[in-house]
Amino acid sequence: MSFLLRFEKVALRRGGRLLFEDMDLALGQGQRLQVVGPNGTGKSSLIRLAAGLLRAASGYVERSPLALADDEPALDRDLPLERALGFWEGSPEEAMESLGLGHLASVPVRLLSSGQLKRATLARVAASRAPLWLLDEPLNALDADGADRLGKVIDAHITNGGAILAASHQQLPGDWRRLELGA
Amino acid sequence: MIIDLIKRDSRRGFTGSAWLPAAFFLLVVVLMPFAVGPDARLLGTIGPGVLWVAALTAALLPIERLIEPDRAGGVLDQLWLHGLADETVAAAKILAHWVSFGPLILIAAIPGAALLALDFPQLVQVEIGLAVGTAGLAALAVAVSAVTAGLPRAGALAGLLLLPLAVPLLIFGAANALLLETATSLFLVAGAPFVAGAAIRASRT
Repeated sequence: MSFLLRFEKVALRRGGRLLFEDMDLALGQGQRLQVVGPNGTGKSSLIRLAAGLLRAASGYVERSPLALADDEPALDRDLPLERALGFWEGSPEEAMESLGLGHLASVPVRLLSSGQLKRATLARVAASRAPLWLLDEPLNALDADGADRLGKVIDAHITNGGAILAASHQQLPGDWRRLELGA
Repeated sequence: MIIDLIKRDSRRGFTGSAWLPAAFFLLVVVLMPFAVGPDARLLGTIGPGVLWVAALTAALLPIERLIEPDRAGGVLDQLWLHGLADETVAAAKILAHWVSFGPLILIAAIPGAALLALDFPQLVQVEIGLAVGTAGLAALAVAVSAVTAGLPRAGALAGLLLLPLAVPLLIFGAANALLLETATSLFLVAGAPFVAGAAIRASRT
């Protein structure tokens, strides 16, 4: 079986502090893994490490093409939502529709609420064709409808053979394998 | 993707306040006759140097919005995840920045030269020098902007960093040593993407 994300004896150090070491992790097609743990134990750092934005202090990380949704939407504030998303992914219409953003296509990003921005961030990931999704606190600022739609998008991605690594201290919709940090 | 990025950044340059550096440039030039008096011969002598000092100070204005908004907004991270090297992003930003900076300075230099009583051959010389030099200034601005991105009081710090580094451009530009000016500008344009790229990488925590 080929893995979309694999950690081998990975250690991560931030600001001189060792967050974790000897971490092994493997995520194959159709698998989802939720990183849980108290604030400050390195959930977000683990996500950024998996994305390649941070470098492991030791060990080896192997990753396939991926899409990342963290706290930053990375959308141009002065552009209408559809064009802002279109900068990253050619045709975001379907992803916008599935996250309930269809009616906001022509609204400038700066006018969106934080929940709508979160949906837009997730739509950017959903519109990508990357097999591996990294979601950092995907439920933050989402309402019940948003969480519901996120659950459906996640299920569809898993059914299509994708993999998801998510960090959240809340219960994510669906059936997740769990990885405990800083216990 | 890289073409999209250049288009996006130059659009942001023009919708952001592209006229500000040019307006500031003209303002500095306008101050000069007030400061040294209206003697046309004196103004004609110091004129090219004044235009260059004005261009240098104008280059400082956009520094804070070149890199920092994209770093804080996660755009730089996403560009890297979409397969663009940080150096490539920096090179695209230099080109896009020059597009919204250089030509407007060149245009502003025409009324500027008139205010300083430069004759036509002098104006042509300054324009050629500025056309070459603004490319180096744009490269320097992006590099300094990347180095200071995310730091407190980045604007003031960027000024302290950029102005000394721009001295060679000023010397050769004001002395109308076109070949040396070109060489300096080329050196800056070639080196800046690597400096800015390394700075962007180092700012990722």
